[in-house]
Amino acid sequence: MEIEAETHPLDKYLRTDRIPHIWCPGCGLGTVLNCFLHALEESDIDLKNLAIVSGIGCTGRVAGYLNVDSYHTTHGRAIPFATGLKLANPKLKVVVFSGDGDLFAIGGNHFIHAARRNIDMTVICVNNYNYGMTGGQLGPTTPLEAKTTTSPYGNVEHPFNLCHVAAASGAVYVARWTALHVRRLKESMKEALNKKGFTFIEVIASCPTTYGRRNKMPTGLDTMRYYKEKSVIKHGIDPSEADIEIGGDIIVGKFVDIEKPTFDEILKKLEEKIK
Amino acid sequence: MIKFYSGNIACAEGAIAAGCRFFAGYPITPSTEIAEHMALRLPQVGGIFIQMEDELASMAAILGASWGGMKAMTATSGPGLSLMQENIGLGAMTETPCVVVDVQRAGPSTGMPTLIGQADVMQARWGSHGDYEIIALSPSSPQECFDLTIKSFNLAEEYRVPVILLMDESVSHMSEKVIIPPKEKIKIVERKKPKVKPSEYLPFKADDYVPPMACAGEGYAVHVTGLTHDEKGYPQATSPEVQEKLVRRLCDKIRKNERKLRDIEEFEMEDAKLAIVSFGTTARSCKAAVKRARKRGYKVGLIRLRTIWPFADEYFEKIANEIKQFVVVEVNYGQIKLEVERCVGKKVHLLPKMGGEIHKPEEIYKKIKEVYNGN
Repeated sequence: MEIEAETHPLDKYLRTDRIPHIWCPGCGLGTVLNCFLHALEESDIDLKNLAIVSGIGCTGRVAGYLNVDSYHTTHGRAIPFATGLKLANPKLKVVVFSGDGDLFAIGGNHFIHAARRNIDMTVICVNNYNYGMTGGQLGPTTPLEAKTTTSPYGNVEHPFNLCHVAAASGAVYVARWTALHVRRLKESMKEALNKKGFTFIEVIASCPTTYGRRNKMPTGLDTMRYYKEKSVIKHGIDPSEADIEIGGDIIVGKFVDIEKPTFDEILKKLEEKIK
Repeated sequence: MIKFYSGNIACAEGAIAAGCRFFAGYPITPSTEIAEHMALRLPQVGGIFIQMEDELASMAAILGASWGGMKAMTATSGPGLSLMQENIGLGAMTETPCVVVDVQRAGPSTGMPTLIGQADVMQARWGSHGDYEIIALSPSSPQECFDLTIKSFNLAEEYRVPVILLMDESVSHMSEKVIIPPKEKIKIVERKKPKVKPSEYLPFKADDYVPPMACAGEGYAVHVTGLTHDEKGYPQATSPEVQEKLVRRLCDKIRKNERKLRDIEEFEMEDAKLAIVSFGTTARSCKAAVKRARKRGYKVGLIRLRTIWPFADEYFEKIANEIKQFVVVEVNYGQIKLEVERCVGKKVHLLPKMGGEIHKPEEIYKKIKEVYNGN
């Protein structure tokens, strides 16, 4: 059967005049974005009220490719910007799309406090273990002993377990997948988008150009093979038991899915009370 | 309505009168009462108060709220203003209307948290990196804290720029009579909205320097970035031509409107040979000193700057010849003095204080005598 189409069915979500994107061959970001578009397609999200907020870095460029209200802010500050945006216009579905360095190093303080407040937003963190945009420096998720341009002899820092941080800070939904788990990732994105409160998805994604080739995974395909070999699905596990180590299992799945009143729900109640 | 307000409370009430419905802030002396009063008042008027985890977050949140369609404000002091600078730059680059109140205390660093300084004048103007322009206003009384906060919001909306209200500790904590005009007497400016269809809308195309602004959820699918961007809002981070056009416009929308933005109070200036230049609380002592000097026959006047930035270059250039001597009185080591000197093209006298107290009228009077008599 021959398939003919003028446009791709997901083109409506993209600023097609900005394609091709800037991401490297073998980068996991295209896959993650594709999963997100499928999640939008299969959800009842009103695009007019969807806003994407990004920080700085490779993942930070996601905002610029989506054909919705999109905000490419300063390094680390996507979440507080998104907090203001969401509180000022509660009709919005606000999604923060950013990287591990942006959200957990320079922006780490904002992440934990937005989770604590249970601000109604979805945060998608693409974790590629390093700062890709600046050429591959160590970041807060770089595994111990991994080589980067600023850890040429191997990383001496313990990494964050992002899902543990999110759960401990109060996120109502926490899941982790790799860029290999496209269907499961898409399903998690749908769940997160349709859930009220601070929802968090970590996506482990390949960065062959600046991380992989220094760590024995020189192509995107090598990384995907590694994910396939090492990923273990453990839904409902305590995320504190899902640390990531070089050569160790990558524990993925949905770890947290709880109910808790959001910041704006509590505020609304308070406003009723003082009227 | 007549109230007895401190400058901080007058500022918060001015914000609410101006239509501010979002406040994000972090406690810092001597500005904290503004946040406290907003926490009390905003829920009463359907607004949102949020105490953020730091000043970086506060500034980012008010930018977000402004794109969410609300008038938004934060309040801080010198150290907090330092932390806000990167996002003030984002506000200038993305042309986001918002108001940043800086209740100045003595610095540098932690300095004297509970006492007056006026040394954030240059930080307000140059604090973020790159070429940009902001607007900064400076009140001398609780009444002006109320009035100039409203004006700050109006200018932020009109010019799509962060406006910094440069208060100081003394004006923030002094209490005086404040006249609150009836609602219908208060002039409120709203941001210009696009009149074209989304497909025809260029979010950063300006016919008169300031483009119309479509906020989130209005159907315009706007892309907003701190990267150098074209009229469509798309990043053009390797195009010197786009950079040239954008940065010139961001600066010129303020520079070319300096005359409109100028707000100067002249006191006893008609035949003055010596002019005191001052602002904020300090200008009050200057006024007392000028009155005393006038009684003794000195032809002295006071130029009080209510608009600090953009600086009134043209005004000072014009009066440079008529006025023989200029004396700048400020609670810093010569920040406005440099500006006046630059404009008048001759040596300008300075009566500085490093902070912690205001000038006494007699000190200023003494300086007037010295300079006037050429000692």
